Amino acid sequence: MSARSEPGLRAPQSRTEVAMSSAVDTPAEESARPTPPSGLLTVARAPGWVRYALLAAGLVVALWLPNGLYPAVAVDILCWALFAVSVDLLLGFTGLMSFGHAAFWGTSAYVTGLVAIHAGLPFPAAVLVGALAAALLALPIGYLAVKRTGIYFAMVTLAFAQMVYYVANEWRSVTQGENGLQGVPRTFFGVDLSDDYYFYYTILPIVLLGLLAAWRIVHSPFGRVLVGIRDNPARARALGYPVHRYKLTAFVLSGFLAGLGGGLFAVGHRFVSLDVLHWTTSGKAVIVVVLGGIGTLWGGVLGAALVVRLEDWLSFSGFEAIGLVTGGIFVLVVLLFRRGIWGTIAHLALRRGAARRR
Amino acid sequence: MSGFLQNTFNGLVSGAFYALLALGLAVIFGMLRVVNFAHGAFYMLGAFGAYVLLAEAGVPFWAALVIMPLALGLLGMVLERAVIHRLTRLDPLYNFLLTFGLTLILQDLVKSRYGTQSSPYHTPDELSGSVDFGLFDFPTYRVFILAFTVLLCVAVWWVLGRTRVGMVVRAATERPELTRAFGIDVGKWVTPVFGFGIALAGLAGVLAAPMRAVNPLMGADLIIVVFAVVVIGGLGSIFGSVAAGFGIGLIQAWGEAYLSDFPIVSQTVVFVVMAVVLLWRPAGLFGREEAPA
Repeated sequence: MSARSEPGLRAPQSRTEVAMSSAVDTPAEESARPTPPSGLLTVARAPGWVRYALLAAGLVVALWLPNGLYPAVAVDILCWALFAVSVDLLLGFTGLMSFGHAAFWGTSAYVTGLVAIHAGLPFPAAVLVGALAAALLALPIGYLAVKRTGIYFAMVTLAFAQMVYYVANEWRSVTQGENGLQGVPRTFFGVDLSDDYYFYYTILPIVLLGLLAAWRIVHSPFGRVLVGIRDNPARARALGYPVHRYKLTAFVLSGFLAGLGGGLFAVGHRFVSLDVLHWTTSGKAVIVVVLGGIGTLWGGVLGAALVVRLEDWLSFSGFEAIGLVTGGIFVLVVLLFRRGIWGTIAHLALRRGAARRR
Repeated sequence: MSGFLQNTFNGLVSGAFYALLALGLAVIFGMLRVVNFAHGAFYMLGAFGAYVLLAEAGVPFWAALVIMPLALGLLGMVLERAVIHRLTRLDPLYNFLLTFGLTLILQDLVKSRYGTQSSPYHTPDELSGSVDFGLFDFPTYRVFILAFTVLLCVAVWWVLGRTRVGMVVRAATERPELTRAFGIDVGKWVTPVFGFGIALAGLAGVLAAPMRAVNPLMGADLIIVVFAVVVIGGLGSIFGSVAAGFGIGLIQAWGEAYLSDFPIVSQTVVFVVMAVVLLWRPAGLFGREEAPA
């Protein structure tokens, strides 16, 4: 055998290989990424009745939620669920970690708030305008960001999101700066939605529609190409897929979904503050996804529910240093629990299934 | 003319902070493939440490300038051994997330003890006043920062370029497998290099204490700008990171001076430059092309 290595064989590097080669002192016993396509595969492999039972259980919980929690917290959970799913669409299914998704969540929150205040439209229309604005913003940011991958992509998106934050902070005539947009109305065809309990049920169909859209994207031929790009970009390009354009499309779709969540969040709180654009918001969205399980889609929903509930409980009990807890969770999850909740369950179920077949 | 020089000088001084932070990030990234989000938090700890040392123990600036980098460098080495080390084999994104979590923790620890108010730190007496350069005078303290930073960067450059340690670090940065194949124990340099990068951040923090508002949030906003700086310079290139740091400092200062009607310009110009660089040379001005996307 000649020692000459084929350039064509060397070039394609999976994420795992990239991670391995960047290792510093190696015994390479542990594989890098905890089973990349976990969610996708296990859900696809689970028997039909399991999937329908999970769907039914999820819907029942969603319908029950504001009866068991404060309705305002339930509303937050819905918005953050959309946000998390939008981040997972990129992180889990395209292999791009956006650390600047607050830009889209927050831009939509501001646009939605402004439209709702000044145009007097019913709030779903305002949210739609907000989400479209977020998607529009995602176009140039995504166009520039997809030129880099991996850790650089995270830094670039983080930096652009910070730019949006500075602009919103300076553009006081529109955003009211530090004071924030006050009094975002919940206009809805003359129906009184001031009670969060009823507001929850009004936005539930919108959120479910958004989640359904994410599910459709992941399970469409387009979504399969995205996963192909995530696992082996060079091969995807060799097969003739315009990799950058696919990534950009995913980025814009993700920005739209994040915007949908952010717009609903603005209407839900009747108030928009600069916090919605802050880098900690971007980071929190990624925490939520990692906690739920990267690449599991519904894991993000679980993560959102847990984190929002926990933060509400902490602030209710007068605990000031929330960052201590969220940061601590982050460190622990990244160190010990990288599969996340959904990913771990799926992994265990898969192992049991495999053991039974043997 | 003297106004222009004044602005240029101020730009170089704020660029010095970017350069110090970018240098630490680049050295750490080169050796560990870790982008340390907590770099800003260590910068903040450096400044806060200097403040606390002076306020509660009467330790002067000069002592803090030695103590804080050493203490933080040690803390960095402990953190590297305790947690970061466990993730270096994985995708670098995991360590980015880990250090993000550490940032939140460190920031809130300081916040819960000292609140979010900014604390003043007096310029040491030897460095108060100003230096007369004929056409204009500059505050002595700023002249000191600039000279100190330039000296430090030159020293680091000399160590990397002219000593055996530097050769190992550079080799390990550029071709880790090959370096190992030559029988060089790369692993034993990882922890000290991480500690050194953190010490640089702590040093920048101490230097910033008399000049900037000392508060728990001072590091986080800065580090995001530094991320943009290293994207512009090319994170793989140590020289590029430092050069981009000074360059961005200059551009910001000029923007602030000549476009003062639009304060947004000086805040966002770094991101605009980043966008242009991404269009024109995606790998950064001094960076090499990364593995195919």
